[in-house]
Amino acid sequence: MLSELLIDPFQYDFMIRALIAAVFCGITLSTLGSFTINRNMGFMADAMAHATLPIIAVGVFFGFSISELGAPAAIVVAIFLGFIVKNTKIGEDTSIGIIFSTFFALGFILIKLLNVTINLEDLLFGQILAVNRTDIFIITALFLIVIGIIITFFKQLLFYSFDPIGAEVKGLNTNFLNYLFLITLSLAVVSALQTVGIILVLSMLIIPAASAKLVTNTFIDSIKVSIIFGIISSVAGLVISYHLDLPTGPSMSLMASTVFLLSYISSKSKIKNR
Amino acid sequence: MTTKENIYESESLIVSDGCCVQYGEALAIDDVTFSITKGKKIAVVGPNGGGKSTLFKALAGLIPLSSGSLKIDGLDPLKAKGMISYIPQKDSLNWNFQLSVKQVVEMGLTDKSTLLSFNQKKNAEMVNESLDQVGILDKSEENINNLSGGQQQRVLLAKALIQDSTILLLDEAFSAIDVGAQEDIMKIINGSDLKEKTILVATHDINNLEDKFDEVLCLNRHCCAFGDPLEVLTEEVIEEMYGSHENMFLDHKPGSHGS
Repeated sequence: MLSELLIDPFQYDFMIRALIAAVFCGITLSTLGSFTINRNMGFMADAMAHATLPIIAVGVFFGFSISELGAPAAIVVAIFLGFIVKNTKIGEDTSIGIIFSTFFALGFILIKLLNVTINLEDLLFGQILAVNRTDIFIITALFLIVIGIIITFFKQLLFYSFDPIGAEVKGLNTNFLNYLFLITLSLAVVSALQTVGIILVLSMLIIPAASAKLVTNTFIDSIKVSIIFGIISSVAGLVISYHLDLPTGPSMSLMASTVFLLSYISSKSKIKNR
Repeated sequence: MTTKENIYESESLIVSDGCCVQYGEALAIDDVTFSITKGKKIAVVGPNGGGKSTLFKALAGLIPLSSGSLKIDGLDPLKAKGMISYIPQKDSLNWNFQLSVKQVVEMGLTDKSTLLSFNQKKNAEMVNESLDQVGILDKSEENINNLSGGQQQRVLLAKALIQDSTILLLDEAFSAIDVGAQEDIMKIINGSDLKEKTILVATHDINNLEDKFDEVLCLNRHCCAFGDPLEVLTEEVIEEMYGSHENMFLDHKPGSHGS
């Protein structure tokens, strides 16, 4: 019975493509999420997702798809955000907030002015069932790039994240590491736009990582568990949305929230039983 | 006492000659002159905002001088980066990360060529050696957040020691730790293992400095005194350092030491 419920949806090609997208996005976002929550960069990530809107609007106007625009938009947004945050003295949250709202508003104005045909609901909440072969190729490429960067620079990124001054004294190129992380985070965020959309990408980035932090004792373990939670939330959300005819992005997001709730209860009961 | 005339005479490892650091219009340190020979243990004392951390950052090559010169073994700080290990103030570390003691210490072996995770076995041996030096080898698997303030400071010291640098800079190493833990760290610093190391410790505790350090550098934006703690820590110097903070901020303008 359970196996039928799990296997049935994947007799269709579009569901297999959705599964691949869900798993890759789940892994990419939850890996980056562990760094993001510990560095208090959730708002930055949210701004990255929202700030891509004007680039998407202009790109679609010139005939590109949202997936094709993802990587260049991510790099532009990451560098721009990183530069503004570093070079203004109004505070990180304030500058992110200004960019966030300005770009999002600009995006909507451009969509109207350029008369671009974009399904806003899909853009805001994702439409994983519409993922095509090109999208899968791009999502896979972004997955490999992001995971490759994290594995290659893991020790340097961890050192820089924990002790930025010590890392600089040790000769690490902290400016490079800062932008590398921002670009990687931005790539991960835009790779998931089609899956969960601009609004809900934050949930898949931070909720599995936060849940994992509640039930693990070390950062490394929290990344591993976060990946597992990310995959479970994505796949379960996909399957449930198929059977109950619900929107997929929000279903994934709510599954992640359910995992968080269970992790919270588990961590509390552990403390109580000590 | 060190003067401009004799700073280059001795075989000095660190020479600061009229060193100034400016943040915008404000002078953080002004015309600071001293020299330190190899192997000395130095206390850097002074009020908050007196320039201790700024001096350390200048020594570590993190901030440029606005005038004067600072040499480490004859090199500019930027070129001498490999010679220095820096333990920053605890609040500049990101304690959100749940890291084990050995993971933190291993960061001392991470440099810009560290990609992927090679030499794990060799690293593990060096980490254990370094933890043994500071007496917390038995805590290597523990989460650093679960340790006491004194133990955390020892972990950071182990992270600095594993770098095998000539110079160690400990910024506010004794803040928020009890007297016993302070003494334990001083025992390590003055132990035979670190005899060759030149160690500068920024501290607010000016009691019994002569028992713990070879020399003391008294900073209140300018160098109030430098030398043997017994000789230089006079009432006048202490008054100059910790006198009215109001005067401290009013008096120091570019080109003027204040009264």
